[in-house]
Amino acid sequence: MRALDYLSPYLPVLILLLFAGVLCALIGAAATFLGPKRITAIKETAFECGSPSIGDSHSRHSVKFYLVALLFVVFDVESVFIYPWGSLLRDFQAEGLGWFAYVEMLSFMATLALGLVYVWRKGALEWNP
Amino acid sequence: MQDFIDNLIRSWGHDPAAWPWTQFLYLAFMGAAAFIVVNFAAISAGIFSWAERRVAARMQSRVGPNRVGPFGFLQWVADAVKLLLKEDLVPAEADAVLFRAAPYFMMVGFACVFVCLPFSHKLIVADLNIGIFYILAVTALIVVGIIMSGWSSNSKWSLFGAIRSAAQIISYEIPAGMALMIPVLLAGTLSTQGIIRAQGGWPWQWFIFDNPAAFAAFFIYFISALAEGNRTPFDLPEAESELVSGYNTEYSGMRFSYFFLVEWGNMWVMSAIATTMFLGGWQLPGLSPARFDALTGGVAVIAEIASLALFAFKTLFFVFVVMWLRWTLPRIRVDQMMNMCWKYLVPASFAGALFVAAWMLLVHEAPWLGQAMRFALTAIAAVTVAAFALRTLKNLRDTGDKFDFTSNW
Repeated sequence: MRALDYLSPYLPVLILLLFAGVLCALIGAAATFLGPKRITAIKETAFECGSPSIGDSHSRHSVKFYLVALLFVVFDVESVFIYPWGSLLRDFQAEGLGWFAYVEMLSFMATLALGLVYVWRKGALEWNP
Repeated sequence: MQDFIDNLIRSWGHDPAAWPWTQFLYLAFMGAAAFIVVNFAAISAGIFSWAERRVAARMQSRVGPNRVGPFGFLQWVADAVKLLLKEDLVPAEADAVLFRAAPYFMMVGFACVFVCLPFSHKLIVADLNIGIFYILAVTALIVVGIIMSGWSSNSKWSLFGAIRSAAQIISYEIPAGMALMIPVLLAGTLSTQGIIRAQGGWPWQWFIFDNPAAFAAFFIYFISALAEGNRTPFDLPEAESELVSGYNTEYSGMRFSYFFLVEWGNMWVMSAIATTMFLGGWQLPGLSPARFDALTGGVAVIAEIASLALFAFKTLFFVFVVMWLRWTLPRIRVDQMMNMCWKYLVPASFAGALFVAAWMLLVHEAPWLGQAMRFALTAIAAVTVAAFALRTLKNLRDTGDKFDFTSNW
C-alpha cells in the first residue's frame, strides 16, 4: 500500500498514455476503414524521384552522427546528475552549506568542461570535412 | 485536484477517507482530465495549423485559407476529414510493424507532456513533484518515433531525415535541459506549479528578469525548443528542397498527419514551458499565490478564469513568435546548427547555471542586489520592446500597409 501511495500521482500519466494510444489507434482504424483501397505495385514503392531506387536504403552514414550520439550520452547523463543538485541548492543554502555545494558542483562542471575542451580540440565538433 | 474532490465528497455528506467510492471518483476525474487534455492537444494543434497558414499569408501579403467557415477557421476540420478519407499506404519494402508503431511513439511522447503542464492556478492534470524533469524525459520519446519512422520506411530520404533529426534533437536537448535548470535553481523545486508559485505577477518578479544569466537562459531555451520541435530555422530534418519531406516522406493520409499534429501541438508545449519557467505562468499581478489560495466563491472563479486567460495569452504570444520566426528566417546549414549547439549554447548554458547558483548565494547575503538587478533588467527589456514597437510603427507610417483587406480577406 505504501508503494501504491507513492506511485498514485503517476496514475494520470498511465491514463494519458492509454488515451493517446487509443486516440491514435481509433483515428488510424477510421482512416483504414474510410479510405479507398486501390493499392498497386507502383504506389507501394519507396519514393525516389520517379526512378527505381539504387542500392540499400539502410546505407552507411557519416561517423559524425555517431559522435554526436556519444557526446549526447556523456553530456545528457551529466546534466541528469546536475538536476538534483539544482533543486536542492536552496536547502543547502538554508543549512549554511550553500558555498560548499557550489564548490562541489564547480569541480564537477570543471571536469565536464575539460571533457568539452578535449572533444573540441580533437575536432569532434567540426562538421566541415 | 485531490482537495477539490475531497471537498466535493464532503459536500455530499460522506467522509472521503471512509467512503468506498472515493478512489473511483479520483479515477473518474483523472480520466476526464486526461480526456480533456488529449483533446485540447489535438484540437489546438489543428487550430494552429490554420493560424500558421493565416499568419504566413498575412506576412507574405497573400490571402491564405479563407473559404471554410469565417476567415477560413474551419479549414483544419476540412483538412482532417480529407486526410481521413485518403488511402492508407504502407510501402511494400517497409517494416510494417515499426512503420505503423512510429506515430504512436510521437503521439504518446507529445500527449504525456500535458500531464504536468499547468493551465491556471488549479487546472493541471497532476502536479508531479518531478514536473519539469518528467517533461524533459517524456519528450525524448518523440526522437524514438522519428528514428522508427525513418528506419522502417526503407527509403533514403526518410533515413537521412531521421538521422539528422535525431542528431539535432538530442544535441539541443542538452542546452534546453540546462537552461530549464536555472528556474529550478531559483525556485528550489522541480514541480511546475511550484516554479510558478516561486515567481510573481509583475514582470520584475518573473524568473527571466532575475539575473542576466536567467535572461540568456530564456533565449537559450527558446532556441533549443525551436530546434527540438524541428521548427524553422532548424527545419533541416524536413528540408523540402533536399530531403523531400525528411522522416515522414513515405507516410500518407492520416498517418502523415500525426507527425504534423505533433509538430504544431509542440508549439503550445514549448511556449507553455517557457511561460511556466520564465514568465510567471498564471500569476496575476498583485495577487500572491497564498492570497489566491484563500479566495472563495465567485471571486475565486473570476481569478481562476483570469489566470487561465493570462497564461493562454502569454503562451499564444510565443506561439505567434514561433510562426513569425518561421516566415522571417531562412533555414540554417547542418554545420551551423551543430556549431551553434555544441560550441555556443552548451558552454553558455553550463556557465549560466553556475552563474545563477553563485548569484543566488550572493543575493541571499545582499538582497538589495537582487532587487536592483530585477528592476534594471525589466527596465532594459521594457525599453527594448518599446523601441521595437515604435520603430515598427514608424516603418508602417512611412511605407503604409500595402495589404488589401477589402477583397477576399
